[in-house]
Amino acid sequence: MNTMTATMDGATDNQRESDTAEKAPLDIRDHGDVGDYETIGEPFVDNAKMSARTVNVHYGDKQAIKDVSLDIGENEVIAMIGPSGCGKSTFLRTLNRMNDIIPGCRVEGEITLDNEDIYAGNQDTVLLRARVGMVFQKPNPFPKSIYENVAYGPRIHGLAHTKAEMDGIVEKSLQRAGLFEEVKDQLDKPGTGLSGGQQQRLCIARAIAVSPEVILMDEPCSALDPIATARIEELIDELREKYTIAIVTHSMQQAARVSQRTAYFHLGKLIEVGETKEIFTNPRHQLTENYITGRFG
Amino acid sequence: MQTSTVILFLLAMCVVVYNLGRKRSQVLGQRIGGYSLLHSLPRHYGYMAAAWAAIPAIVVLILAMSFEERWLAGMVAEQLPPEARELPADKFGLYYNQVLGYAQGMVGAEQLDATQVAAGDYYRRLADRFASAKAALAFLAALVGAIFAIRHISPAVRARNHVEGIIRWVLFGCSFLAVLTTLGIVLSVLFEAIQFFKIIPLSEFLFGLEWSPQMAIRADQVAASGSFGFIPLLVGTLLISAVAMLISVPIGLMSAIYLSEYATNRFRAVTKPVLEILAGVPTVVYGFFAALTVAPFIRELGESIGLSVASESALAAGIVMGIMIIPFVMSLSDDIINAVPDSLREASLGMGATMNETIRKVLLPAALPGIVGGILLAVSRAIGETMIVVMAAGLSAKLTANPLEAVTTITVQIVTLLVGDQEFDSPKTLAAFALGLVLFFVTLLLNVIALYVVRRYREQYD
Repeated sequence: MNTMTATMDGATDNQRESDTAEKAPLDIRDHGDVGDYETIGEPFVDNAKMSARTVNVHYGDKQAIKDVSLDIGENEVIAMIGPSGCGKSTFLRTLNRMNDIIPGCRVEGEITLDNEDIYAGNQDTVLLRARVGMVFQKPNPFPKSIYENVAYGPRIHGLAHTKAEMDGIVEKSLQRAGLFEEVKDQLDKPGTGLSGGQQQRLCIARAIAVSPEVILMDEPCSALDPIATARIEELIDELREKYTIAIVTHSMQQAARVSQRTAYFHLGKLIEVGETKEIFTNPRHQLTENYITGRFG
Repeated sequence: MQTSTVILFLLAMCVVVYNLGRKRSQVLGQRIGGYSLLHSLPRHYGYMAAAWAAIPAIVVLILAMSFEERWLAGMVAEQLPPEARELPADKFGLYYNQVLGYAQGMVGAEQLDATQVAAGDYYRRLADRFASAKAALAFLAALVGAIFAIRHISPAVRARNHVEGIIRWVLFGCSFLAVLTTLGIVLSVLFEAIQFFKIIPLSEFLFGLEWSPQMAIRADQVAASGSFGFIPLLVGTLLISAVAMLISVPIGLMSAIYLSEYATNRFRAVTKPVLEILAGVPTVVYGFFAALTVAPFIRELGESIGLSVASESALAAGIVMGIMIIPFVMSLSDDIINAVPDSLREASLGMGATMNETIRKVLLPAALPGIVGGILLAVSRAIGETMIVVMAAGLSAKLTANPLEAVTTITVQIVTLLVGDQEFDSPKTLAAFALGLVLFFVTLLLNVIALYVVRRYREQYD
């Protein structure tokens, strides 16, 4: 095993950690035994919409998330950054139990939505996912018409009783996703025929059509060009008024532009969390600094 | 020299020529200062030389073999006495076949007259000489090709492109051959069918409601009606296929959904091979399972609720055929559902859809083209299946839509028409070709329909 694990034991080793980090190149993809640690910064907020407490996630024998505690505040955009394989996507997916469909995945700890345990026995993933929507890395519209894509969720959850109501929901969702003007004349065309950026906005429209309270975004712009990315970022900023948003991103600039708080993950641990401005101007942990200054990852 | 020996020697020659070509290009490469200055790698020059040796030899062999018989026959005929040459065509055929049989050692000399024995000996000498000449010509062609190719090698020759071109033509030849054989089969069926329709009018065949192909051999025979209406056969075929599809499509599709979406990997790893073994059981085994187990069971079941069931029924054959096709439908559908990208599953589940909604509204529509294709293959199998029907559904060509009665199918009738003594000028035998042609058109029609369905309802994912 590596020097990482040894030096990560205990907060007092932080200094030594930063020394070795400068000398030996870190294998950032190496999982293995994840030791105890303490998150730097303030993971808790007063107006928490979702709270995670000492969450551990295992894939079979591998531990992907170690003792992560983090609040996501009402109507805030929280960005999760970190090198590949650091567990940020896994953590995001525990928030609406998308990990349930992965065989061999175990989640320990407590995650609440409005102070209700989402992993409690009586919790229904159908209702949970209606409240906590998700937008994926690669735009994944259904191979159906644009209209049917947006109407899919409302139809499943029985949100519209008449055709007119459904039309209203579809139009409102597309408008909120900033796509309506572009597609209003071709709602019956397949959603897969749109450009990448339009497809991703269609997926956002599809997610907000069921009026979720939280939207999880897993690298929503990684497959898009800069113009489409700017459009989505603008959209995220507008959506913040109505929704709580957690976004995983590999782009530091994106995290800085769209989020109010930023969480830095490393090897399954939540290393540092705080105001986005603070994290990017004055990181307190050596690993965070290394990452955001581009020394690795 | 046997043709197979010639080919073996030619192969060995190609290996030698390959090495010579390679060597020569290497020598040339060194002379101009390194292999990298050659246009292609040394092995490409080797392949090129070998191909130039092989192709002329193969052409010579093919040409010689296609003319061999005709040329020998002509030569032998010239040697025959005039009275043999003036025989009518069919008698002469018999006469000449005896000569051939003697020449090939299958007929003893004592059964033939002296002119035939003489002609046979002459044939044998000629054939030997021809074979030697053929081998010599082939080797000569190969040698000329090889020498030309090796002398041709120079650093500027684009051997790589040359070899690629040859491979392209070989592949083209193979696909052309496949198309050609299919066309040949269709045409041979078509010509015999035309013979049939000269005797029996097309309208009677297509719209006749009675099938009883017994023909009178002598004019005074009774009980030989000779009706050739194929509607009862078509209805029987469709009836049995429909029963089979009713059994196999729902069960096959649903088990495919279970396997691909719900089952654990371990269950899948065990079940799929087992079901695929089921697909490998010969249909004749299914046939006696149908005849000995299912058919009596259905009859007893029917009688217990007051229905009269024939001991050989369309239902029994259809059910067993359905069971036979289940693994087929399942395996194909399973592969196709698995091929739907996970991102669509995640999108649907992430919206709060249940597994069942995801399958019905997202996975099945996305997989539809493939599933329709799979079902179509299954239908073709059902229509073409013969053994089960012979054993379980009987031979009586009854026009009925009642699956409890005995019916017969197109394929079964083809079998019964062509089994036993046949004469190829009787409509009874020729009818088999007409039925084959119909079978061909039915499957063609099914393909067209399926293509239309696929294009109309496809939901394309990338």
